[in-house]
Amino acid sequence: MAEKTASRSKRLMTTGGIIFLVLGIALYFLKAPMGLTRKIYDLPVFLIIIGICSAIKGFTAKDKTEEEAALAGKTFTEFLTNNAILLAMLVLVVVICILQPRFMQIRVALDILTQSSPKLIMALGICFALLIAGTDLSAGRMVGLAAVISASMMQTATYANRFFPDLPQLPLWIPIAAAIVACMLFGALNGFIVAKYEMHPFIATLATQVIIYGVCSLYFDMPPNNSQPIGGIRPDFAQIGQLRLFNGLWKGFPGISILIPIALVICVIIWFILNKTVFGKNVYAIGGNREAAVVAGINVFRNIMFIFILASLLYGIAGVLEAARTAGATNNYGLGYETDAIAACVVGGVSMSGGIGKVGGIVMGVLIFTVIQYGLQFINVSPMWQQVIKGVIIAVAVAIDMTKYRKK
Amino acid sequence: MSEYLLEMKNITKTFPGVKALDNVNLNVRKGTVHALMGENGAGKSTLMKCLFGIYEPNGGEIYLEGKKAEIHSARQAMDKGIAMVHQELHPIRFRSVMENVYLGRFPGHMGVVDHKAMYDRTKALFEDLELDVDPLALAGEQSAAILQMMEIARAVDMKAKIIILDEPTSSLSDREVDHLFKIINRLRAQGVAFIYISHKMKEILEISDEITVMRDGTYVGTWPVTDANGEKLTIDFIIKQMVGREMTNQFPPRDGKPGSDVVLKVEHVCSPLRKSFQDVSFELHRQEILGIGGLVGAQRTEFVEALFGLRGIASGEIMLNGARYSNKSPGFAKSRGLALLTEERRATGIFGILPILENTVIANQRNYATFGVLNDSRRLKDADEECKKLNVKTPSLNTLIQNLSGGNQQKVLIARWLLTNSDILILDEPTRGIDVGAKYEIYNIMLEQIAQGKSIIMISSEMPELMGMSDRIMVMCEGRVTGFLNKGEYSQEKIMALATQFAGRKDSTAA
Repeated sequence: MAEKTASRSKRLMTTGGIIFLVLGIALYFLKAPMGLTRKIYDLPVFLIIIGICSAIKGFTAKDKTEEEAALAGKTFTEFLTNNAILLAMLVLVVVICILQPRFMQIRVALDILTQSSPKLIMALGICFALLIAGTDLSAGRMVGLAAVISASMMQTATYANRFFPDLPQLPLWIPIAAAIVACMLFGALNGFIVAKYEMHPFIATLATQVIIYGVCSLYFDMPPNNSQPIGGIRPDFAQIGQLRLFNGLWKGFPGISILIPIALVICVIIWFILNKTVFGKNVYAIGGNREAAVVAGINVFRNIMFIFILASLLYGIAGVLEAARTAGATNNYGLGYETDAIAACVVGGVSMSGGIGKVGGIVMGVLIFTVIQYGLQFINVSPMWQQVIKGVIIAVAVAIDMTKYRKK
Repeated sequence: MSEYLLEMKNITKTFPGVKALDNVNLNVRKGTVHALMGENGAGKSTLMKCLFGIYEPNGGEIYLEGKKAEIHSARQAMDKGIAMVHQELHPIRFRSVMENVYLGRFPGHMGVVDHKAMYDRTKALFEDLELDVDPLALAGEQSAAILQMMEIARAVDMKAKIIILDEPTSSLSDREVDHLFKIINRLRAQGVAFIYISHKMKEILEISDEITVMRDGTYVGTWPVTDANGEKLTIDFIIKQMVGREMTNQFPPRDGKPGSDVVLKVEHVCSPLRKSFQDVSFELHRQEILGIGGLVGAQRTEFVEALFGLRGIASGEIMLNGARYSNKSPGFAKSRGLALLTEERRATGIFGILPILENTVIANQRNYATFGVLNDSRRLKDADEECKKLNVKTPSLNTLIQNLSGGNQQKVLIARWLLTNSDILILDEPTRGIDVGAKYEIYNIMLEQIAQGKSIIMISSEMPELMGMSDRIMVMCEGRVTGFLNKGEYSQEKIMALATQFAGRKDSTAA
C-alpha cells in the first residue's frame, strides 16, 4: 500500500510534466495564429520549463521503501503544511498573471532572479551564524563598508570629486580585495568575541555592527570627500554588477544579469561546504549541541572563527556587487540587509535554535520574498501594504514550520 | 467507589510508523507505590506522557477514582492531582528555590506576589520533608537530590494524589536514596500513590507494593511484590518478565587477565578548584578495566573530564604510554587515543536533531576527509558497520538519534568512540538509565575492546556493575583517592567504607 502511494506521486510528476510540456509547445506555436501573444506573453516557455523540470524529477525520484514512505506519512494535509508558503506564492503568481498578463514574461522572471541574487548571497552568509543558534547583525553594515571601500578606489580619473584625487588607475582586483579583506577583519572580530568569550552572537555582532558603521562613516568623511556620495564609478567596475550576458541573443531578450551566475556559483560552493566538508558537518554539530561537540573533540573556537570570517567574505562580495550595480556608494548602503537575510533564511526553514537548515530552503526563502515583493509592485500594491504583507509572511511561515516539529 | 485510584485501560498510542503502546493497562491503588518496569523503549515514558497529557492516546480510557477523566494538557493533569517528577530536572536556575516550588501558582492577590507567605509555606513544606534548604537559595546551586525533593514538595503542596517518579534515584547517593524512601513512605501512609519508574531492581523490591511490567509497548502483567503467602518476587522473575527470556548472568564472563605494561600513569593530579579532585594518582594497565567507585560528589566525573581536556589541572603529571601528556583540549586527547563517554548523554553526548549517521562519525571526521572534503561512502560504510556490530536498533541511519531509546543512543555514542580507534576508553556511567538487555550488550562490547588490547576506565555508581566488570576498583571520596581494591577482595561494605571515609571522619569530629 505504502509502496503504491510513493510510486503514484512519482507517476503524477512524470505525467504532469509531460502534459505541461506538450501544452507549452502547442501554445508556443499557436499563440501567434490565435492572436494570444498580448494575452499570454511568454507563458508557453514557462510551461515548457516547468514541464521539463517536473518530468526529470519524476523520472529520477528514488523509489521509497515501504518503511520510509510510512514514516514520511505523505498525506494531503501534510503536503499542504509542508509547502504552505510556496503554494501561497504560486496562488499569488496566478492571481497577478490574471490581473496583469504582462507578468508572464521572461524579462520579469530574469528581473526577479537578478534582484534575488545579492539577497541570496547575504542569506547564505548569515545562515552559518543561524545554524550555530546565533545571528549576525553586522551583515548589513559590512555590505556598506565593502561598497564604500571598493567604490572609493574605483572612480574615473576625470571625475571632479574623487575620493583619492591622486590615485592611479588600479587593477580591478585591488579594491575588491581591499573591501573584502576589510570585511573579513571585522568578521574575525565577530568570531573572536563570540568564540573566545562565549558571548551571544546577538550582542557580539551588535557591537561590531555599531563599530563598523562608525569606521565606515569615518572613512567616508575623510577629506576631500567629506561624506559626499561616491560617484563617477569606472565603467569596467560597474560592469561587474551590471553586465548582461547574451544580451540581444534574440529580439527583445534582455540578457542574463551577471549577478545570477555569481549567486549560483556561490550557492553551489556553500552547499558543498555545508554538506561535503568537515567544517560543514561541524557547523551542524555545534548548532545541534555545542557541549557534545566539545566532547567529540571538535575545535569549537576555530570553527566559530571560520564561520564568521566566511560569512563576512560573502557580505564583502555582496557589498562590492552592490557598489558596482548601483555605480556608487554611501555609508548607508546595506542598511537593514541582515534582517531581510535572516527573514529569508527563517522562511526557508532554517531554525533559529541552530542545527537545522538547508541551502535549498534558503534559496526558496529568498525567491519567495522577491517574487512576492516584485509581484505586489507589479500590481501597484502600496509599499506600505507590502511591508505589512512581508511581516505576515515571516510570522505565518515560521508558525507553520514550527508545527512540523511539534508532535502530539 | 472503585478499588483503584487510577485506572488506565487499553491505552494505545501510535506514532508515524511505530506502535508505541498497544492496549496497555495500569491500575494503581490509593496509598501504594506502584513500580512500572520494562526495558528502555518498552513504552513506560510514553504511557506516563499519556497520563500527564503530553501525548494524546489514540485509544483507551483513563479513570480517576472511578470517574472517566479527560486529560489534554499537563495543566489539566495537575488540576486532577497528578504530579510528575522528571528524570532530568530543569529548574529555573537563577530564581530562588521557593519561586521554583510555587512556579505558576504564586500566592498573592491580584497579581501581586506575597513573598512572605511563599517563604513561610516553603519553609513549612521543607520542614515537613526534613529538608534543610533555605527557600531563598538559588535553585541553580542545589544538588540533583535537593531539586528532586523540591519537585516532590511542589507536588505535596499541590495536594497531588498520584506522584510519578521517573528514575528518581539515578543521580542520588545511597544516603539520599534513604531520605527519598523515608519521604515516600510518609506520603504513602497519608494516602498518596506513587508510580515509580526505575531500572534498579533492589530499590523496587524495597519500596514498591505492586509491579507492572511492560515489554515492547505491550502490557505483560501486574504482581504484588509480596504475595499472600508473604513471599517476595525475585529479581530473576522480574527480569524474565521484562526481557521475555531467562537472564542467568548479569555480566558476561571475562577471559584473560590485564597486561603488565602501564598505558596511563597519573601522578598527584590536582584540580585548580579546592573542592574538586586533589592528589589523584594511579596506573592503568593494558587490557585492564579500572573501575572508579564513589558517591555522587566524589569528583570522579570532574577528574575524567580533566583527563580528557575538558577541565584544567593545577599540578601533577600524566604519562601516556611513557610520554608526557598534557590535557590541552578534547581534540588533543582524541588524537592521543583517549575517548570519553560522558555521563550526561543528552546534554553532552548526542546531537539530538542530527541523524544517527552524523552522530556516529562526528568524532572521526578527519579520517574521512581529504583537504576538508568528506568521503561520503566511507562515512556511511563505517557508520553502518559499527552500528550493526553494536546492534543499534533503528530503521535507518538517517533516523534522528533523539527518536532512539536510551540504550540505543548509548550504543551509537560508543560506536562513535570505537570508530576513533582509541586505546583508552573512559566510560562515565556507561549503563545509566539503560535496560538490562542493552546493559549486557554494552558489557560485551567492553570485553571485546579489552580483548583487542585496549584499556578502560569506568566510573559507575552501581555496585554490582562496578564489582562485576572491574579488574580493579579505585574508590574516591570528596575528590581524593581513598583506596584500591583488587579483584577477589571486593565487597559492597569495603567500597562503601572507602567511599564515605571523609564523611565518617567529619561526623566523628563533629560529635
